Amino acid sequence: MIEFPGQIIYWAVIVMMMAGFYIVIAQGNLVKKIVGLNVFQVSVFLLYITMGKVSGGTAPILADGFDVYSNPLPHVLILTAIVVGVATTSLGLALVVRINEEYGTIEDDEILKQESDA
Amino acid sequence: MLVTAFAIIRIRNLFSVVILTGLFSLLSAAIYVLMDAVDVAFTEAAVGAGVSTVLMLGTLALTTNEEKINSKGRTVPAAILSIVTGSVLIYGNLDMPSYGDENAPAHLHVVPRYLNNSLDEVGIPNVVTSVLATYRGYDTLGEAFVVFTAALGVLAIIGRRRRRRKKADIELEAKA
Amino acid sequence: MKRAEMRYMQHKVILRVVSKFLIPFIFLFGFYVQWHGDFGPGGGFQAGVIFAAGFILYALIFGVDKTRKAVPAWVTRCGLAVGVLLYSGVGVATLFLGENFLNYNALANEPTHGQHLGILLVEVGVGVTVCCAMITIFIAFAGRGRK
Repeated sequence: MIEFPGQIIYWAVIVMMMAGFYIVIAQGNLVKKIVGLNVFQVSVFLLYITMGKVSGGTAPILADGFDVYSNPLPHVLILTAIVVGVATTSLGLALVVRINEEYGTIEDDEILKQESDA
Repeated sequence: MLVTAFAIIRIRNLFSVVILTGLFSLLSAAIYVLMDAVDVAFTEAAVGAGVSTVLMLGTLALTTNEEKINSKGRTVPAAILSIVTGSVLIYGNLDMPSYGDENAPAHLHVVPRYLNNSLDEVGIPNVVTSVLATYRGYDTLGEAFVVFTAALGVLAIIGRRRRRRKKADIELEAKA
Repeated sequence: MKRAEMRYMQHKVILRVVSKFLIPFIFLFGFYVQWHGDFGPGGGFQAGVIFAAGFILYALIFGVDKTRKAVPAWVTRCGLAVGVLLYSGVGVATLFLGENFLNYNALANEPTHGQHLGILLVEVGVGVTVCCAMITIFIAFAGRGRK
């Protein structure tokens, strides 16, 4: 059997991150760009939580009989980040709705064409 | 999860893309539970697979856009950029400690103080809540303000039903 | 024709009955998560989102107008502000009582009791703000599409 290096799970997360990055820059549809941003955010959170795990540990809630706990600090940071992420997503979607009402489309090349013609 | 991410890239029907995003969030919540992050899994399942998906479906209903047209030739430079960025990140990742290592620097400086003294100084079993509310209370204050500002922002952008009034005004002006 | 109508109405009746049964439990679960954030996973954010999910479910099935009658606009706006003010108010109160900003030791005679009280108040503030924010955002999206 091939022996996997200890960082292979980080590489899988980085591949997911790059998939989200590709969606944001390559796709033309605005809603799909926001979806790609969401994918990127979720994979970044996964990277942080993976860094916080201690093997043999348990959830960081103090209880009798458990000695080793996983690191609670990344959990706190990611909790804040998730809520900020949903705030950003909702504002982005509100902007998409307004853009659609003004221009009649949500493809960015069509919007650019309308802007350059007007 | 990798399969879901690649499916989101390829699929064109926007409704399926939104449902796949919800599925992606739910799978990530399951992985958070495997990584012993129960608070984070709770929040991700509620927020990512719940509120986020509902808002995206609402946007789809308002823009009434189901299919996506083919975009122009931006695919190859974007793919090259993604692969280059990914390889730089993986190269930077080679020095990181292995998965689950107990002596990683992230676990050594301030976290033992939180874990050991939380029961004496704060007195509640959930260390994540005590860190969130006491040790890092400023961050949580800022986050409450961010949520407040986001709601204000959405109200400012979509709050009023100005569309109906605009059309009625235009008709009135056309008649006069 | 009559059979198709019956099937449509049947679906609506099932949704209405099930959601009327479920929504009180959703609120109860939201309260549980809010107050038990000290002893298990939970806390202000999760409770706020679960509470808002109950209201969103009601709005999805019974319509936005009925939800607006249940939660009028001034309630959500006041809730947004009250939550953030509560959090900052606790911080300012600790300033007046002699300690640093947001140092909960000053709130009671013993430090740990002060910490308990401070964390409780702060989580309530955060939960109320998050709940009202989610309801506001959803109703802004859902109430827009009427021509």
